Amino acid sequence: MALLEVTDLVTRFRTDDGIVQAVSGVSFSLDRGQTLGVVGESGSGKSVTFLTVMGLVDPRHADVTGSVRFDGNELLGASFSTLRKIRGQRIGMIFQDPMTSLNPVKRIGWQLEEAVLIHNDVSRSEARRRSLEVLDEVEIPRADARIDDYPHQFSGGMRQRVMIAMALINQPDLLIADEPTTALDVTTQAQILRLMKKLQDEHGTAIVMITHDLGVVAELADDAAVMYGGRIVEEAKVQDLFAQPEMPYTWGLLGSLPRADITAARLEQIPGQPPSLLRPPNGCAFNPRCAYAFDRCRAELPELRPSPTSGEHRFRCHLDDADRLRIWTAKKAELTSTEGTAA
Amino acid sequence: MSRFVFRRFLWAIWLFFAATVLTYVIFFVVPGDPAVIAAGSASASPQLLAHIRQELHLDIPVYQQYWLFMWNLIRHGSLGYSFVNGASVRWIIAKDAPVTGSLVIGGAVLWLLVAIPLGIISALRPRSLLDRFGMIFVLVGVSAPAVWIGLILAYTFGFRLHWTPIADYCYFFPHPQIGVCSGAARWAYHLLLPWTTFMLIYAALYTRMIRAGILETSREDYVRTARAKGASTGRILVHHILRNSMLPIVTILGMDLGHAFGIALFVESVFDLNGLGGELVTASLGRNLPVVVGIVIAVTVTVIVLNFIVDVVYAFLDPRIRLNA
Repeated sequence: MALLEVTDLVTRFRTDDGIVQAVSGVSFSLDRGQTLGVVGESGSGKSVTFLTVMGLVDPRHADVTGSVRFDGNELLGASFSTLRKIRGQRIGMIFQDPMTSLNPVKRIGWQLEEAVLIHNDVSRSEARRRSLEVLDEVEIPRADARIDDYPHQFSGGMRQRVMIAMALINQPDLLIADEPTTALDVTTQAQILRLMKKLQDEHGTAIVMITHDLGVVAELADDAAVMYGGRIVEEAKVQDLFAQPEMPYTWGLLGSLPRADITAARLEQIPGQPPSLLRPPNGCAFNPRCAYAFDRCRAELPELRPSPTSGEHRFRCHLDDADRLRIWTAKKAELTSTEGTAA
Repeated sequence: MSRFVFRRFLWAIWLFFAATVLTYVIFFVVPGDPAVIAAGSASASPQLLAHIRQELHLDIPVYQQYWLFMWNLIRHGSLGYSFVNGASVRWIIAKDAPVTGSLVIGGAVLWLLVAIPLGIISALRPRSLLDRFGMIFVLVGVSAPAVWIGLILAYTFGFRLHWTPIADYCYFFPHPQIGVCSGAARWAYHLLLPWTTFMLIYAALYTRMIRAGILETSREDYVRTARAKGASTGRILVHHILRNSMLPIVTILGMDLGHAFGIALFVESVFDLNGLGGELVTASLGRNLPVVVGIVIAVTVTVIVLNFIVDVVYAFLDPRIRLNA
């Protein structure tokens, strides 16, 4: 049985301008100890998908349908107290901006102890002992001296370590990381990713890594899902996705990824803007930005269908197999060419 | 902390000079002879007026008068004596300050006691009936003059319904003299309408500010973090939202308390309370310089002390603020 199984998840927000459908029928599953990388631009619905999974979208503004099964239990429509027991205990979550994700007026130790005390009937001193232990685990130097500091006395990278410590303190089965490295500088990013990998190896935690950075997915994930316009547009094992991406949006993402091993003439960009979720385009959401779009793309939403090589690799695109192979082969040659080396 | 107190102290001294000099300047720019008023009659003989001028040191230049005042204050801790009846200004202030203090501080406590729970409830239930109703009271409180609110209250609850007294002050502490109204319960009973006046002026505004603060803080990332930790709604409100949303309220409270001393002047006159406000009005009209200066100093020092307390509370609430920085 999968640890997390999401089926046909739809999240709509009622706004003053109309209904915004942020997530439109997302399905995926994740096994224990596995890592799923969810890739997409801002507004692709990747964060909202997982806020919905956690029950953190405001029911006063949002309508949610579909199914979220965690360890066999349905979370959508579950009571607040049921959700509360799962949050922080069985599913930990870390967020993009460590500068604002910790309460500025409470000590780090207090915030860690709170996470323990909410879910466990233990003394404050026991909670403190666990907090120190987990701070050591996330490699905060001199944890016993720093546990009574306030968040503003920590650097961004250190705060993200505290966030990870807080998410993992109750040893959850699943960690949802929403762009955990986006707000950090490059060297700190690498340290945080290495730390997450180490902790996953030690505790067997399943991870959902939400990111816009394919490099992070390549580094950490087993499976990858590419999201666009509130839908999964391609999903595959990570190595398959990088070896043989099947649709134009993923091609664009790969083309825009800087790689040290290949000297591309210049990085490609995907022209245009992500679609408005208030008034999404007809047909395929990517068609206005797609260089290969034809009439059918503007009229009909492509179904998620298996690739010719693997049943686990699925994608949304109307282009036929021969065209896609031809375009990708040419594109790959272009991406890996060493001609016209950048000055 | 000590550096902060020291800087605050220097600031207070500067303010003290500014306030007293300004009072002297205004007093001597405004027409009217204090000696004539002290003599009690415009037709007093020139000899009597000259004698009074000499007695009150009005025969020397203004800057020397100011210097004399300062010297007496520093050397003897004296604020001088009333031109009208020779009473010590220090004694007058000591007699009146508890009345005004009870009025303003009690009023502030009442408006906060009303505004904090209402603010929290309207934040938890935005667009509810109570929330919309609150907006009407904000408009009333902001637009209606204190005198009008006071008179309406006195007429309705005092004169018509006989629920409350409509005037007079009762001492908080038991008074040795027989027949003088005193005791905590009577003190509060007599101040009920004056406090309610302040409450009507400020409570609705504070309710809205607290509501806005809580709603804004609820959208903070760290509140989402707390939810993701599995914290209960009550825990999130108490530990993560309230303290953070109170920060701006504390700042504004510090400013409004100073402002409330100005309003106290009107409230005192409506409810016939013999506080600093009424004393200041009488002294200004009677050209009674020492009393005017004394009250200005008392209010200035109070506002400085209140602002100091606000800063200390602020630093206590928000660890990012360092008082010695």
